[in-house]
Amino acid sequence: MNLSFFDQFASPCLLGIPLILLSMLFPYLLISPQDNRWLSNRLSTLQLWFINLITKQLMLPLNKNGHKWALILTSLMTFLLLTNLLGLLPYTFTPTTQLSMNMALALPLWLATLLTGLRNQPSISLGHLLPEGTPTPLIPALILIETTSLLIRPLALGVRLTANLTAGHLLIQLIATATSVLLPILPSVSILTALILLLLTILEVAVAMIQAYVFVLLLSLYLQENI
Amino acid sequence: GPLSEQRLMDMKLGQLPMWLATCDFSPRGLLGGVQKAWSSYYDKYINVKRGGPAGISMLLAGYCLLSYGWNYQHISKISFLVSI
Repeated sequence: MNLSFFDQFASPCLLGIPLILLSMLFPYLLISPQDNRWLSNRLSTLQLWFINLITKQLMLPLNKNGHKWALILTSLMTFLLLTNLLGLLPYTFTPTTQLSMNMALALPLWLATLLTGLRNQPSISLGHLLPEGTPTPLIPALILIETTSLLIRPLALGVRLTANLTAGHLLIQLIATATSVLLPILPSVSILTALILLLLTILEVAVAMIQAYVFVLLLSLYLQENI
Repeated sequence: GPLSEQRLMDMKLGQLPMWLATCDFSPRGLLGGVQKAWSSYYDKYINVKRGGPAGISMLLAGYCLLSYGWNYQHISKISFLVSI
């Protein structure tokens, strides 16, 4: 079994020039520039409707202070959604399969929510470390457990996104290889594998969208506790 | 002169070297050229009254082709004689 299945995740380079920056900037082309007309083109209308939907959804549980985070959360959501979905096209490179990039997104934002909480309302933020109604002997153990759970959040955020996308891309590549190899040998099994590939691709589209949403939702939840 | 003000698509093939000589190849000029090309594409295919999926699909197909070109050197080395 050759190990070239992981080569699709290697950062693309052309003559030594890293192309990952261009891959990250391409989604920007797909977002139509804001037009101050009453009726813009269909793409703009669709995108505006979508951005309004997710902003409303994210900002509902937050108080007025949390609304300052609307821009960064919505743009993060749009970026992750477009990057994940673009990676499903053939031959494209998905920057969100790189752990470095996801950790660079997750860690600063989580730290920002934590520091906001500790700065503005320190006792309430620390109070989240102990759930209500715990029996007194359990308190030290529970504080330790909750602290661990708090500190592992950025790691979980980054690794969740990376692992989901990487696993999906790898599965697609494996099943596609199986389909193409089986085609001259056992065409009927190959058609069955092609059907599995179709279902898997639909799943991957869903996963791409869900993972982006989960990332941003969890960040907004961490923000809710701290603001 | 009048040559540099004409658009690239309206050029005849013989006039191309002369047009290239009038081009501004500084980073700012190149960026301006890219911006102009993008806004021409956007206004022609996407920013229309009854657009469909065609505008974005052409863009995505171009992106796929570009990525294929970037990866070509790597893809051409994969051998299809996989012994499982």
